[in-house]
Amino acid sequence: MRDAKLIAVLLAVCAIAALANLFAGGFPLGALLSGDEAARLILLDLRLPRLVLGLVIGGGLGLTGAVLQGYFRNPLADPGIVGVTSSAGLGAVIALYFGLGGFLGIGVPLFAILGAAVGAATLLFVAGPRAGATTLILSGVAVAALANSLTALMMNLSPNPWALSEIAYWLMGSLANSSWTEVSVAVPLIAAGAGVLAFTARALDALTLGEATARSLGADLARLRIIVVAGSALAVGGGVAVAGAIGFVGLVAPHLLRRFVDHQPSRLLLPAALGGAALLTAADALIRLLSGQGTPLYLGVATALLGVPFFFWLVRTQTRGPV
Amino acid sequence: MTTLSLAKATLGHGQCPVLREVDAAFAPGEFVALVGPNGAGKSTLLSALAGLNPPIAGTVMLDDQPVAAIPSADRARRIAYMPPDERAVWPVPARTIAALGRMPHRKPLERLAAEDEAVIDAALARTGVSHLAHRRFDTLSSGERARVLLARTLATGAGVLLLDEPTASLDPRHQLGLMEVLAGEAASGKLVVIAAHALDLVARYCSRVLLIDNGRVATDGSPADALCEANLETVFAIKAPGGARPTGWSPL
Repeated sequence: MRDAKLIAVLLAVCAIAALANLFAGGFPLGALLSGDEAARLILLDLRLPRLVLGLVIGGGLGLTGAVLQGYFRNPLADPGIVGVTSSAGLGAVIALYFGLGGFLGIGVPLFAILGAAVGAATLLFVAGPRAGATTLILSGVAVAALANSLTALMMNLSPNPWALSEIAYWLMGSLANSSWTEVSVAVPLIAAGAGVLAFTARALDALTLGEATARSLGADLARLRIIVVAGSALAVGGGVAVAGAIGFVGLVAPHLLRRFVDHQPSRLLLPAALGGAALLTAADALIRLLSGQGTPLYLGVATALLGVPFFFWLVRTQTRGPV
Repeated sequence: MTTLSLAKATLGHGQCPVLREVDAAFAPGEFVALVGPNGAGKSTLLSALAGLNPPIAGTVMLDDQPVAAIPSADRARRIAYMPPDERAVWPVPARTIAALGRMPHRKPLERLAAEDEAVIDAALARTGVSHLAHRRFDTLSSGERARVLLARTLATGAGVLLLDEPTASLDPRHQLGLMEVLAGEAASGKLVVIAAHALDLVARYCSRVLLIDNGRVATDGSPADALCEANLETVFAIKAPGGARPTGWSPL
């Protein structure tokens, strides 16, 4: 395997982040080692599902970011920045608002995925396939603004203040309420999304030389658009449905790793997924350490606070010259 | 035997015609130049031949099949196309660019086979850029990039090579080198069609010229006939005593 060394390193980083995530922030390690039942339950039923969700959601975000960047041929693409995450959030809020949350237990994820798909399709339509950095960001801002204002409208019309605060907190993005139920909802969806997105690899490489060349090499760009929309909707929507909006992982992970795969879009996909998994898991461990016994910090708030300066820096460097 | 042919083909963008009623057939071994003023429709004709731009009326056929109807992977193995001003978005190594030519030969998630690697190496060697294989594409000069992109087209192994202004932005030595490679491909039995403005190079290397003017193919013939003084005067509105003469220059 071509990038075996890089992938081994990333797996090791994931493992370290995972251990930190399991045991950081007041875990009774001593009690566990002496065979305490409560400590065992904390590990198995609280920490472990939270870890699994963090890894899988982070992986889905990193992969989607890498695919969107390859598709738009633009390193500023990220599911959050281009409005896919907000659209998934809108879908989930609609499901909650109309009381579809209990619908076979799949109402919220289903609507989150639908929302993400509509958002991604709108983005592709508005930005067009040759979007430069400015067009891409403006289109993304427009899609996100639309989704956010419709979400605000839902909350505005919400008759129940308790439900309102529930929605507001959930939208901030958090893994705090993870259980194996959330895992069983999100993991199959994100895995399916990843499976779909893997089929973009070859066309993303061909797009390196532009659309005309890609088509002459046999890439079917209409089909690619459908794969990108469906795959990112599953990978992002599945995560948003259980953990709310978590941004910037999809921007940062591909960008940090691109140089280690010679900037080749297809080789970036797997490393970006592993990098996203490690990043989100580490961020989750970090906020638990930082919040200690006080008010818990929301993961989505933390990744945004860390990601935005990185985004500013990227915009500054990108708009000044070629990649 | 592969022939690429147009019959009463009206070509354009969307429903807006640029070229009307083109009739022509191209056979293996020919080195054809499409010549004409800017905006005459050379690029439109090339992309139609590549199957990327189906005709508004009439037909564009590869052997007995309409080009645009051939399954895309099959078409990509038989026709290589280089658009004008082709550039790489990501700063990948030169060899990765050339390797894209093998894409039509692989299944979606399949890796390059040893045979593909050999074809890529051979293509890089043919265009004289083997030594640049591991350099980042964006650090190469225009001449080096053009040769890497040509290697990408050759690596497809296609019998038909369509190149839109491959000599643009190259210095005289690189222009000559590139035309030598293309003439060699035609001599080996491939059909090579280029769009070009360098008339002295066309007159020297090409076997046939389609002079395009005013939405029509004005002349289709040997370089000496097509690029004569009278034709250049009508089509390009220039005074060209003696017409376009083959360049006497050659690379050292």
